[in-house]
Amino acid sequence: MALTLNGEQQLLRDSARNFVSTHAPVSHLRSLRDRNDDRGYSPVLWEQMVELGWAGIAIPESYGGAGLGLLELGLVMEECGRTLAPTPLLSTVLLAGNAVLEAGSEAQKSALLPAVCEGNKVMALAFEERSRFAPYQVACKAEARGTGFRLSGRKTFVLDGHIADTLVVTARTQGEVGDRDGISLFLVDPKQAGVKIERTTTLDSRNAAQCSFEAVDVPGDALLGELHQGADVLDRVLDRATVCLSAEMLGLVSQTYDVTLDYLKTRVQFDARIGSFQALQHRAVDMFCELELCKSLVLEALTAADEGRDDATMLASAVKARLTDASRWITRQAVQLHGGIGMTDEHDIGLYLKRGAATEQTLGDSAYHLDRFASLRGF
Amino acid sequence: MGELESFRNEVRDWLKASVPESLYGRPLTMMAREEPEAADLQADRKRYLERMVERGYTAPTWPKQYGGGGLTPPQAKVLQEELGRLRVPPALMGMGLTMIGPTLLVHGNDEQKEKYLPKIVTGEHRWCQGFSEPNAGSDLASLRTSAKLDDSGERYVINGQKIWTSGAQYSNWIFMLVRTDETTKHQGITFILLPMDTPGIEVKPIRLISGNSPFCEVFFTDVVADVKDVVGGVNQGWTVAKTLLNFERSGMGGGGPQRRPGATTGGGLVALAKEAVGERDGRIADTRTRDRLASLQLDELAYSLTLKRSAQTRKAGGAPGPEISMFKLYQSELGQRRDELAMALRGTDGLAVDENEVGPARAWLSAKATTIYGGSSEIQRNIIAKRVLKLPIN
Ligand SMILES: Cc1cc2nc3c(=O)[nH]c(=O)nc-3n(C[C@H](O)[C@H](O)[C@H](O)COP(=O)(O)OP(=O)(O)OC[C@H]3O[C@@H](n4cnc5c(N)ncnc54)[C@H](O)[C@@H]3O)c2cc1C
Repeated sequence: MALTLNGEQQLLRDSARNFVSTHAPVSHLRSLRDRNDDRGYSPVLWEQMVELGWAGIAIPESYGGAGLGLLELGLVMEECGRTLAPTPLLSTVLLAGNAVLEAGSEAQKSALLPAVCEGNKVMALAFEERSRFAPYQVACKAEARGTGFRLSGRKTFVLDGHIADTLVVTARTQGEVGDRDGISLFLVDPKQAGVKIERTTTLDSRNAAQCSFEAVDVPGDALLGELHQGADVLDRVLDRATVCLSAEMLGLVSQTYDVTLDYLKTRVQFDARIGSFQALQHRAVDMFCELELCKSLVLEALTAADEGRDDATMLASAVKARLTDASRWITRQAVQLHGGIGMTDEHDIGLYLKRGAATEQTLGDSAYHLDRFASLRGF
Repeated sequence: MGELESFRNEVRDWLKASVPESLYGRPLTMMAREEPEAADLQADRKRYLERMVERGYTAPTWPKQYGGGGLTPPQAKVLQEELGRLRVPPALMGMGLTMIGPTLLVHGNDEQKEKYLPKIVTGEHRWCQGFSEPNAGSDLASLRTSAKLDDSGERYVINGQKIWTSGAQYSNWIFMLVRTDETTKHQGITFILLPMDTPGIEVKPIRLISGNSPFCEVFFTDVVADVKDVVGGVNQGWTVAKTLLNFERSGMGGGGPQRRPGATTGGGLVALAKEAVGERDGRIADTRTRDRLASLQLDELAYSLTLKRSAQTRKAGGAPGPEISMFKLYQSELGQRRDELAMALRGTDGLAVDENEVGPARAWLSAKATTIYGGSSEIQRNIIAKRVLKLPIN
């Protein structure tokens, strides 16, 4: 219900803000990028984040987490978004980790989740096969062989796939490509024979791997959740991850706006600060309004997910559609309003533009989510 | 919480016993005044008003000594919710309750509060707002209607013209801004109250594009006003006006989805769209229409959540956030987007007009005013840029 933060949540957000601004300012991302860091994030910093409890925020206490909600994790993501701090939270916790939490057997959960909470395990969810988000477009096959399965196929845009210790892979066990039914999830060890993983560096200096599976045999207990019913798990996992990614986007767009507003107040042309020009003032006001709307939607979507409400799915699409459009508009405006300096690599605004562009495509863009939003609302 | 719940029960019982059932589910239309209503319905409205007045419920949060209900804001909200549940219109509306009353509570002296507030509460005084002039619109402070003190020092003589004065033809009092010092701009304005039947006042209705005449030109020729009716001090009128404009704007946004007569609501648009362009597997068949509707619904969702968030922040004792500054601006533009879509979907049917009814076309037309009055959208953006975003002024 509440669209306001309680005292503890405010504390958490403040401490996250403090932490990232001290230890992971934008210059941190910049240095990782400049040395083409193999992991794309700093393990040392990640360890500190883990000590703050971030990895296990939304994981139940019985598996070593803090047992808090998605809202709390979302607050942390938002703060990370503000400084573009790279973490494996999305890949390991929100995507693959949540799949284990949602669908895993007791044995699978106990084997994996405590290690996630301790920061000792990187996981990745290999589910995309196309360049445009389409989670049911699964051609990758898993055929029953003896007591186990044989996987073959390809996956793309596997976030942090090249450093994952464990992959969660979607594969078709029944039906046709595009069917919602007949998708199953499997735990795969990336070191296994037949698994090929190729790192690609994305525009935002993060990583998304291309994976291929050539006759990879996995045992029966590698199946995560029920056979053929993987889409149910996938939907829940993707919705939750989408909402948290939107929270990260809120952080990055808010910061973009703040930086731009500052620039409008300081840059002088025609003997006047450019922020005194009405054309620019009105644009800034419209961005301000948009961000207020975004804030409300993010809080509501996080809360709905935590409360397991019926409208949580509709809200997940609403928030991603909105934040995608907000990012597309505000990060582009930011570059424009910075003039030439905005085109330079030296200025941070370009990094926000690039991360914005990447998040806009990740887990579905606004065309995808607006379409889903309309369907869920009955039209 | 318990106290509020028992208050709710009390209010619910009282409303059940007091509101004539003929008024249930009867939306209040601002324009209904132009159409005569059945005599028994009018009598019921009157009875309902009297009961609400007795309990101070026409001005729920005002002090009891002035005829208000003395309710706390949460209690007032409960009252509103319960009225909403019965779908009963407010017993009384108008600028007295929403603008001049609250302003007098801030800037009026005791004598003025005692004289005017009780008559607002009962509906005896119906107020209109004499601010705008032909050459003073957005730049309100450039107004020129003059008020000169006469030799007695007890009376002002007013000469000039106001325009766009909503409801002037139905009002018996006017609060207005007059120029008392020509040598300065903002510091030469005085806020004064005046009966509309004062000799020298002439009212001429103006017909709008919607066909309605909700406002007028008002001419002042040697109109005499009492110095006791100056609010907030001579040449202090701009401060008083700013307070009043804040009340005016806060009444324009943040009220939640508005049920304007003739306007199509969000849900209604879906049905309208499916009918207009057809459906395929439950989807609106035309993708562009479907997109527009989805975007509009997303805007409405995000906006209503922002209202809710803001209300919760204030309820929790927090200072109102910067978001409240956007309500008037966003709500008026959002409403117009909805009307535009409704008009487009109705096609040529939407062009039909009926003299006696506020159909979609007239609703669409009259809503165009929402981004002009109460500070136009451009002026809202100027204000937000300056006060909220703290952008520099040239
Ligand atoms: C339905 C309706 C009811 C009204 N009721 C009342 C009433 O009861 N009492 C009363 O006193 N007044 C009333 N008004 C008047 C209303 O307040 C004015 O219309 C409003 O202030 C705009 O003034 P204007 O019409 O002179 O337009 P102008 O000020 O001339 O504006 C023309 C255009 O220029 C733009 N503009 C002006 N200045 C700037 C600027 N600095 N920067 C950017 N753009 C600018 C405006 O936004 C607008 O688009 C009413 C108006 C309407 C439409």
